[in-house]
Amino acid sequence: MKVTVRKFDAVIVGAGGAGLRAAIQLSEAGLKTAVLSKVFPTRSHTVAAQGGVAASLGNSEEDHWHWHMYDTVKGSDWLGDQDAIEFMCKKANEVVIELEHYGMPFDRLDNGRIYQRPFGGHMSNFGEKPVRRSCAAADRTGHAMLHAMYQRNVKANTQFFVEWLALDLIRDAEGDVLGVTAMEMETGDLYAFHAKATIFATGGAGRIYYSSTNAFINTGDGAGMAARAGIPLEDMEFWQFHPTGVAGAGVLITEGVRGEGGILRNSAGERFMERYAPNAKDLASRDVVSRAMVTEINEGRGCGPNKDFVLLDITHLPPETIMKRLPGIHEIALQFAGVDALREPIPVVPTCHYQMGGIPTNFKGQVVVPGKRSQNEIVPGFYAAGECACASVHGANRLGTNSLLDLLVFGKSAGESAVDEMKQSPKPHKELPADAFDRTLERLHRLNTQKDGASVHETQLDMQRTMQKHAGVFRFADLLKQGVQKIIEVQKDVERTEIKDKSKVFNTARVEALELDNLIEVAVATMVSAEARKESRGAHVRDDAPDTPERPDGRDDVNWLKHSLWFKDANRLEYKSVTLRPLTVETIALKKRAY
Amino acid sequence: MNEQQRIRRERLRWHSRRALLELDLVMRRFWQSQPELLDDLQAEQLECLLAMEDHDLWELLSGRQEPADPALQGMVALLRQPAGF
Repeated sequence: MKVTVRKFDAVIVGAGGAGLRAAIQLSEAGLKTAVLSKVFPTRSHTVAAQGGVAASLGNSEEDHWHWHMYDTVKGSDWLGDQDAIEFMCKKANEVVIELEHYGMPFDRLDNGRIYQRPFGGHMSNFGEKPVRRSCAAADRTGHAMLHAMYQRNVKANTQFFVEWLALDLIRDAEGDVLGVTAMEMETGDLYAFHAKATIFATGGAGRIYYSSTNAFINTGDGAGMAARAGIPLEDMEFWQFHPTGVAGAGVLITEGVRGEGGILRNSAGERFMERYAPNAKDLASRDVVSRAMVTEINEGRGCGPNKDFVLLDITHLPPETIMKRLPGIHEIALQFAGVDALREPIPVVPTCHYQMGGIPTNFKGQVVVPGKRSQNEIVPGFYAAGECACASVHGANRLGTNSLLDLLVFGKSAGESAVDEMKQSPKPHKELPADAFDRTLERLHRLNTQKDGASVHETQLDMQRTMQKHAGVFRFADLLKQGVQKIIEVQKDVERTEIKDKSKVFNTARVEALELDNLIEVAVATMVSAEARKESRGAHVRDDAPDTPERPDGRDDVNWLKHSLWFKDANRLEYKSVTLRPLTVETIALKKRAY
Repeated sequence: MNEQQRIRRERLRWHSRRALLELDLVMRRFWQSQPELLDDLQAEQLECLLAMEDHDLWELLSGRQEPADPALQGMVALLRQPAGF
């Protein structure tokens, strides 16, 4: 198979929020920048982000980045790196105002400033009471953001390669990253993008779960490519389950609904969050709300014939508020739950939503791995940002509206780091090694010649069901242990998937098989990391980690205040310490996370 | 199905991969329920719809809006289904 080589200063994989933000930085610096995307950029999953982007602008009431930082550290259950968290919260106002200057149509107050609304876990004065910190564009924040950044990229001459699937990372013998291999779907032809900087912004891999709010494109392509190239994946046991997915469909009801006054009720009509989080109530952190909902269901206070969901009630809100502030919610409830949300509550369950872990980076967006000199040695030429990366700002649990902030701040930061590297020490492209394309060619050859193999569709379902059953919102030691064996069995099937259609041009069956290669890496990393972490922390909640005075809510800081690093070779785990020292302020000291 | 038709169909299937899960679910149901061949007119209508922005397409398929072009009504009706996922 022929591989055509194309040279760029930078190649970015993924054209969602993080990829587009990084591309602006590179293209505006005059660097030749390619962006590869499976779908048209404005059809990336960032479009689905409804709630807003967090920034302590203080437009409606007093706010401060330090309070935002405190909330983020607390939300992360102290697993987030405090240097990266300080960096992100401090940069928030800057990146939001930049976005406004790109033409982002934020909702506004009567005085013309950006309208801000409250969101779960965001508090004023170090956890005192909810604060209005989320900047939104109705319920189309992500969509508006992508459009503003795409236009900016067009102006800056970013070169887009749309409907291209990146296949593998290219590294040389020294471990430097020199680009990616990719397939043009239109022709089925293979290319290598030879670059001085490679930035992964491929989003999450929420499709490893059966019940997920993620669109079908979220197949963890960056994580899969990184894992195959020997890069570890960090903290993959931490997946956020959104409290309010429509029961049975997975479609997300934004947290903004509760921000605007929506209330969760059990079968008795009780506002049960008052018992679990007396201060924040329905606006408590996502995992706290998810846990409360599942407890209600497990204790027999769920709703419906099988008592397997709870209700999200907005019937007390004025219809004009619902239609103005939350216009999409009425239709979602109608289409996927069959209820008129103006008159009846919406059935909801916790559903897989967001990947906290990912490709390990520092706050500059540079990919880091353990080495001989430090636990965070930079991989030359490799950067990652957004959901595919782990900076780590979300730690064990992400706060709502911090994801759009993450992709803006670290997309920009990764781009800036790549620009600095290229401008400060200009070098020619390193030569591609002789085996640069081997991994890709082997994978494609295997897939094209597989006989008596496994069905891609069935194998994917096996993976999703295994993850749902064995590593869901609540985790049990025996199920996790069995889960490791089961997911390794599924992995063997992934290694022998077969496609009937071998045609070259626009072969979506081949694309789906290659995507499954990526998903399974994430699934295995998740199961192995989750089984090994013998505590509860944030979104990783184990039944066998009891709540004791020494270990509140099962969190074991003595043994487990550390990041997991999963390596594909031999399913190996290593650990590295959490950065507790921020950049300029004092450490936010460990304490029990209570809302 | 000739190669030309196969490619057109595959491209439509790929363009049915959307940014929103809502649309993925609706489009998956469509592809699972459809016979092997779309006729040329249907394929053309689907191309028009899939060229839309996700939120706008969702407005149509959720019944919040009606298509500006009446010629698309047939395909929109085919894609719309009652609740029951």
